Amino acid sequence: MSEAEIKNLEAQFDAKIARDEKIEPKDWMPEKYRKTHIRQISQHAHSEIVGMLPEGNWITRAPSLRRKVALLAKVQDEAGHGLYLYSACETLGITREQLYEDLHSGKAKYSSIFNYPTMTWADMGAIGWLVDGAAIINQVPLCSTSFGPYARAMVRVCKEESFHQRQGYEIMLSLCNGSEEQKEMAQDALNRWWWPSLMMLGPTDAASTHTEQSMKWKLKRKTNDELRQQFIDQTVPQAELLGLTIPDPDLKWNDEKGSYDFGAIDWDEFWQVVKGHGPMNKKRLDDRRNAWNDGAWVREAATAYAAKQKLKKEETAQAV
Amino acid sequence: METISNSKTKVISNSAVPIKELNPQFLESKENKQHLIDYLLGVADNYLILGQRLGELCGHGPNLEPDIALTNISLDMLGQVRSFYQYIAQLKGDKTTEDDIAFLRKEREYKNVLLVEQPNTDFGYVIVRQFFFDVYNRMFLGALQQSADETLRALAFKGIKEASYHERFSGDWLKRLGDGTEESKSRVQEAVNDLWIFTDELFHSTKADDAMIAAGVAPDMLQLKEYYYEKVEELLSTATLDIPEVEYFQKGGKEGLHSEHMGYILADMQYMQRTYPDSKW
Repeated sequence: MSEAEIKNLEAQFDAKIARDEKIEPKDWMPEKYRKTHIRQISQHAHSEIVGMLPEGNWITRAPSLRRKVALLAKVQDEAGHGLYLYSACETLGITREQLYEDLHSGKAKYSSIFNYPTMTWADMGAIGWLVDGAAIINQVPLCSTSFGPYARAMVRVCKEESFHQRQGYEIMLSLCNGSEEQKEMAQDALNRWWWPSLMMLGPTDAASTHTEQSMKWKLKRKTNDELRQQFIDQTVPQAELLGLTIPDPDLKWNDEKGSYDFGAIDWDEFWQVVKGHGPMNKKRLDDRRNAWNDGAWVREAATAYAAKQKLKKEETAQAV
Repeated sequence: METISNSKTKVISNSAVPIKELNPQFLESKENKQHLIDYLLGVADNYLILGQRLGELCGHGPNLEPDIALTNISLDMLGQVRSFYQYIAQLKGDKTTEDDIAFLRKEREYKNVLLVEQPNTDFGYVIVRQFFFDVYNRMFLGALQQSADETLRALAFKGIKEASYHERFSGDWLKRLGDGTEESKSRVQEAVNDLWIFTDELFHSTKADDAMIAAGVAPDMLQLKEYYYEKVEELLSTATLDIPEVEYFQKGGKEGLHSEHMGYILADMQYMQRTYPDSKW
């Protein structure tokens, strides 16, 4: 293809996105678009399945049968989200095995929030309320992103995430209506998850490398700082309703701008965890690698069995 | 109870025998009521402990699809448990809740069979444990649809579809593992050999069970034992696996005599309830 032809295709491609039409897997797309989408969608899928681990940590210890069932169902939903997202990613011409390999080798990233430990039951509430809350703010705009399979997967993911968020908030509410010890547990969880949740919305606009291109492709509709402000403004009143204190002495309503001012985020901590040195990075990746490696013989057995069955079918067909 | 054979499968009849309704005075006897409660615990504790074991695996499966499926089975087990425990709480008629029953008993008061408390040694063990239980459970729920107790009939009716799905899932995996690779065959054969000794206990009955069988509330599972082994052995053969030749079986769970695993299961499961007594969650 000549350079002029490529330019022409690119112009048509950009115009299509500008008209709010979807890009489908078989459509022509710039290589950079394909790569960026593989990176983002796989990162998202990995976050879902690594995200199963911190909450999975409390399934066997959930304090009531109702909570145990709800937690199991929630973690299972995350596996389901992983499944749709990997499938969407595979339409871009990469296999699930390759995607896992990139996760296990550390080449691909996942949301850093899951590199913090879930120490108490209240963490199940805080994760649902804050982490899923921040995720929704990040993800709702993706329901109308330009790549069709991703947009359609996100519609379903977002519906379930908002249910999870309500469920998390309800756990917090029960704790805050409970004994002193339960309230302390809830406050402690908020203290530990607040700042990492703010970091989840990404580095500040000044430090973010992908924003401009992502805006053009509708992978992003608002900047990280705008999303963070939206999250804070939405969450502070919810904390007040619970009777909990946001662990930020600089948090203050600003009448003039109609939103909250907040304290400085510890970006050194953010980069430390992103680079692989958070409290649980090693454990999370080890768990994923172990599950995958320990399951190798099972997957091989399934493949071998399917091949044998296929052969048998062919032989029977030939005999007839 | 009657079993009907056809060329492929045997099904336990639902309609051939008319259902004998429980005499309304039956539960006015303290002894009968206690026997019913003990009987229900023996049934439901299996679901609780197996559901708990499967819950340990969530997020650690060999691939996403079986991970999701095993979680589904765990959810079904826990759904059944809640219905049974809620029924027990209703029978007790005091302030007992489903959670008191699930979380606040002592080890010797749990009446599950030893099979369901066996650990998740590997995926092969998980599948074999599940299959041995699922075949039993589907037969059990099929027969329980004839119970003289209306609530139990409803629970059996609700559970049987799930149980059939579970049996298909674990049976299909058993075939894949047995007739897959050499490694999978040897691993799953080891699981079959190790877990076989726990199958016989499924057919033991306690004093409470006997009382409920006599009252028409509980099916007499002993009558289905032969059919159970027929069914299990048929699938093991299809999976190209050997049927273990075992002289001695293990028992005790139904009487509250558990393996060393049980204490750890309970330590995990009861942790919150024991640490924060009388709290609402």
